[in-house]
Amino acid sequence: MENIIEVKNLVKDFKDVRAVDNVTFNVRQGEIFAFLGPNGAGKTTTIKMLTTLLRPTSGEIKVNGFNPVTEQDDTRHSFGIVFQDPSLDEDLTAKENMEIHGVMYGVPNKLLNERTRQLLELVELWEKRNTQVKDFSGGMKRRLEIARGLLHHPKIIFLDEPTLGLDPQTRNHIWNYIHDLNEKEGITVFFSTHYMEEAERVADEVAIIDHGKIIIQGTAKELEEKTKTNSLEDAFLALTGKAIREEGKEGWAAKFRGRN
Amino acid sequence: MKTIYILWLRQVKKYFRSPSRIIGSLGQPLLFMLALGYGFGSVFQQAGQGNYLEFLVPGIVAMSILFTALFSGIEIIWDRQFGFLKETLVAPVSRFEIMIGRSLGGATVAVLQGAIVLLISLFFGFTIHNYSLLLLSLVFMFMVALLFTALGTAIASLLEDMQGFQLIMNFLVMPIFFLSGALFPLQGLPKAIDVITRINPLTYGVDGLRGTLAGLAQISLTTDFIVLAVIIVVLNALGAYLFSKIQI
Repeated sequence: MENIIEVKNLVKDFKDVRAVDNVTFNVRQGEIFAFLGPNGAGKTTTIKMLTTLLRPTSGEIKVNGFNPVTEQDDTRHSFGIVFQDPSLDEDLTAKENMEIHGVMYGVPNKLLNERTRQLLELVELWEKRNTQVKDFSGGMKRRLEIARGLLHHPKIIFLDEPTLGLDPQTRNHIWNYIHDLNEKEGITVFFSTHYMEEAERVADEVAIIDHGKIIIQGTAKELEEKTKTNSLEDAFLALTGKAIREEGKEGWAAKFRGRN
Repeated sequence: MKTIYILWLRQVKKYFRSPSRIIGSLGQPLLFMLALGYGFGSVFQQAGQGNYLEFLVPGIVAMSILFTALFSGIEIIWDRQFGFLKETLVAPVSRFEIMIGRSLGGATVAVLQGAIVLLISLFFGFTIHNYSLLLLSLVFMFMVALLFTALGTAIASLLEDMQGFQLIMNFLVMPIFFLSGALFPLQGLPKAIDVITRINPLTYGVDGLRGTLAGLAQISLTTDFIVLAVIIVVLNALGAYLFSKIQI
């Protein structure tokens, strides 16, 4: 299978902090790729560089064959993204949020209406299409963001901790959608999560990043075999240690973002 | 083009969806009209300056446009906090389009707010001097709106959160309003105040509105127009530049 994402010797420095340190990995077309790591390991920074939001300090990236630094628009047409934090306009309705997205991505009107219906039905929000987003629950907002991220039929969808703070029922629901999409539409899924059992269940391929470096990549099974453990969670702990990470590291690095 | 339209529409929709905001921001201009318009009316008349309400209303209209426009620009901070800014910045459209759409939307909303104040002032006894100039006064309203939306955009692009809000309010917005000739005639001012009012862009907006609505221009409509146009171009260029530098 062809690689849809290629990352080679990627480095990102924030002032004197090296957030991403010489990272190299590939994601094959059509696979579900889990990007795991403790807090502050460099997950979000890497995703930001893949999605044109941050410029790498050095290294090469190809997303759907495009360079996110020099071919921003082509890259942006290639992917959909669900951010770690919400990014909806809460004063607008679900349908209006979809519409703005569709227009910005140049989806023709007729197609936009069709897909809006299709996707909102898929995430079971069609009945609520004319409700303002501020009246939605956390799970509904997430589902809407996922639907919106798929509106322009991207080749890849990036999901940065898509199920954070959701109850098991909603998480289960969302993963079923994503899994279906991957199978039916062949969309490549790149996601990060702290829920190891999710990664174990849905991911074809797992990469673990820690201290800005990829420490291992393979299937969940392979990782368990290598670490002689029985679950991805144990493998993860065996590889990254049991010490609690400073939550603030990423946030601290983030403060310097504007100056790079 | 469609991006500009949809982002314009977004601002307008949001405006009509928050009646509490519309009514809330009418409070201040109405209070000024009542307290100052009626309070100082007789003093103004005795000083031989004519009807104070006629003089004041264009200034109050300009004030409500100033406030609404500036805050429409500053709303970028909210969009940043609630995440919607990210959604627009990661889309395959230029930041310039995003900014233009937002600014036109913000300016439209500000003009609407100004028009409501003008409409209400008619009930307070304000009379429009010459209806054939009404269209021209709308042009001036839109210019004031565009100018301060751009200023708001520029400021918001530099701020991370609402911490600096009070600072902007007290050291920028209020001085712009009070030292613009919105409340008093420009003649016979102490030198320092005279200089400040002359470099304050709102002065020219107020004068343009006063000239077209009440026939009481103190500068000249042509000068007002040219000064506003130049500052609009400069501030929009600055706003666009700073907006293009936002990192998230």
